[in-house]
Amino acid sequence: MSTELLRLKGISKRFGNKYALKDIDLEIEEGRIVGLLGPNGSGKTTMMKLINGLLSPDSGEITVRGEHPGPYTKSVVSYLPDRAYIADWMKVKDLLRMFSDFYRDFNTEKALNMLSSLGISENERIKNMSKGNKEKVQLIMVMSREASLYLLDEPIGGVDPAARDFILKTIITNYSENATVIISTHLISDVEKILDEAIFLKEGKIVRRENVDDIRDREGRSVDQLFREEFSVSVPADKEAL
Amino acid sequence: MDWKLDESLPIRSQLTERLISLIASSRYGPGDRIPSVRDLASDAGVNPNTMQRALCELEDMGLVVTNRTAGRCVTEDINIIDSFRRKRAREQTEEFLKKMSALGLERNEIKSLLKEALGEDEL
Repeated sequence: MSTELLRLKGISKRFGNKYALKDIDLEIEEGRIVGLLGPNGSGKTTMMKLINGLLSPDSGEITVRGEHPGPYTKSVVSYLPDRAYIADWMKVKDLLRMFSDFYRDFNTEKALNMLSSLGISENERIKNMSKGNKEKVQLIMVMSREASLYLLDEPIGGVDPAARDFILKTIITNYSENATVIISTHLISDVEKILDEAIFLKEGKIVRRENVDDIRDREGRSVDQLFREEFSVSVPADKEAL
Repeated sequence: MDWKLDESLPIRSQLTERLISLIASSRYGPGDRIPSVRDLASDAGVNPNTMQRALCELEDMGLVVTNRTAGRCVTEDINIIDSFRRKRAREQTEEFLKKMSALGLERNEIKSLLKEALGEDEL
């Protein structure tokens, strides 16, 4: 049976006089992997931050398991920001201690297993890691929580194909049962095989929401191909060539 | 194992086909335990719900059975497996014949090619 996990009702958010999100209605149930897909500037990160309580909406209401963003929702939402957020003077063991202090649902043993599979030791300093390993460590921390909702903002931005496979497998293997994962990205082809459904975001509005296999079945093409068509912009003529 | 999935076609039906092949080819033999949904999904790089649905289809076909103690296993009914194997073999044979006729080969030419390949004088 499907149980509602997340609800956005009439959500708008402006920065200055520009709408980042406009009148968004959205309900997402438990046990799904959802792609939040849109080009840069379409409102993906704003939506993630609103759900996580890092921004407040100008109008509308957000609930996670029936509660407004706050201490309770933070205890059940595991959030991966779209940029490095770990203090880089820390060693891996400091980070593990911090996460288990902050989050009751943090599974240290799980994190240690994943770190050791990458050959990362507890005494390694974040500062000395490669960019790819830093991103993997951040994801491992976020996926080692036994959360109800994982919000992953651009988890595969700028990593090589092997790192991408590691990240996707880490997500598939580790999200807790009945939890929902929302992945925001503009790199559709990298993630589309692990999605249940796709939400297309365009200029702050939801323009499509559909089961990904239904798209393939009807259109005979991939979600990536549909996305490219839906968001194609005609290239303006080069003035100097005229 | 390489699952070779085409993203422009529904993933679920491709997984179903692939799982049938794995059983028909005895990669998973009669009575063998099937890995968990998560492990299979992770191996194929697909959504666990989609893998779950594909496995349910195999259950409906009778190729896979779930029992309380051992979890999800390949059926021990060799007749069912064999009927899927034959169906697969027939499909591949038709495919082969289609390709041969596309090359403009006549029936007796195809026969002699097969004889040659099998190292037999009489077919």
